[in-house]
Amino acid sequence: MAERIVRVVSAAKNYECLAVRFYDLVVRWLLACSLCAVAIAAQAVIETYEFSDVTLERRYHSLSDELRCPKCQNQTIADSNAPIAKDLRFLLHEQLESGASDDEILSFMVARYGEFVRYRPGLDSNTALLWYGPLLLTLVTLAALAMHLRGRHRATAPAEPTEEEREALRAQMTKLSGERERQA
Amino acid sequence: MPRLRLFLPLAAFILLSLLLFKGLSLDPTSLPSALVGKPLPDFELEELHSSEVLSRQRIVGEPMLVNIWATWCYSCRVEHPFLLELAAQGVRIIGLNYKDDSDKAIGWLEDLGDPYALTLSDTEGMLGLDMGVYGAPETYVVDAEGVVQYRHVGVVDEQVWQSVLSAWFPQPKITSVLQ
Repeated sequence: MAERIVRVVSAAKNYECLAVRFYDLVVRWLLACSLCAVAIAAQAVIETYEFSDVTLERRYHSLSDELRCPKCQNQTIADSNAPIAKDLRFLLHEQLESGASDDEILSFMVARYGEFVRYRPGLDSNTALLWYGPLLLTLVTLAALAMHLRGRHRATAPAEPTEEEREALRAQMTKLSGERERQA
Repeated sequence: MPRLRLFLPLAAFILLSLLLFKGLSLDPTSLPSALVGKPLPDFELEELHSSEVLSRQRIVGEPMLVNIWATWCYSCRVEHPFLLELAAQGVRIIGLNYKDDSDKAIGWLEDLGDPYALTLSDTEGMLGLDMGVYGAPETYVVDAEGVVQYRHVGVVDEQVWQSVLSAWFPQPKITSVLQ
């Protein structure tokens, strides 16, 4: 009987060990899968370019973050996987390597795709509201706030007595002091 | 005055509603082309069938549509029959086969009919890039002087033609009435 109990316990221990091993395997498998998924996702968007200079690479990243993909309108060309974004990245790299300045590259893009292609559009009659709108709104809000506060101040502050009120007050006081003298 | 002020939030609400309601009917994907009013960019591209190298001078001279198409583009197949109809009416259409395989493109035109007076083969998409093309189909109206007048993004159909594009092509309408 005792022998049988020992056998059962050891079998249970074996199962426990198996379960741990199985759990370990599953975790490893999931980890490997998620790593693969990250690798695939990263590979999907970014192609590699070689830069002759580190500053060129830096400018490539800042410009591709500022240029909007014309096809998928709320993404930069750095974010987008659309063929047109890929073309523009290719062109950006070529122009940087051929020594174009940031302004030259931006005006090249704007000449083809319009001001729309820049996330920081230049200042003209179309974009004036965009640039000065926030300032205008702040000023209007401050003015409204100032007017409101002044109105409230006027409502709560005691008003200066008018000349008539002063006269009445003076009369009252002389009358009171006359009464006091009489009582004394 | 203080009573009128009570209606300020309501007025603000109505204004905002009108603004947002207007936003519902706007199409954010319709972008004005940066090329409108400017000459069609210069190019040197092979003609799809003859492989002859063509330049800008060879194709300008009369009003025309420049239609950007590709075999990978489903909507191009949708608009194709209407383009054939326009070509039959005498509208000059230049095809720009955009980022496509030339053999497939020739096969497509053999199967479905060829509405194009000439087809430029822009396999690298470089003329497309100079024109500010960002997809297919797109259709440009180019006048006799070679200046871009209008860009339509998406399928060209009877409605688009009648309401917008036909304005630059007065003759075909008359001939179709005479027939």
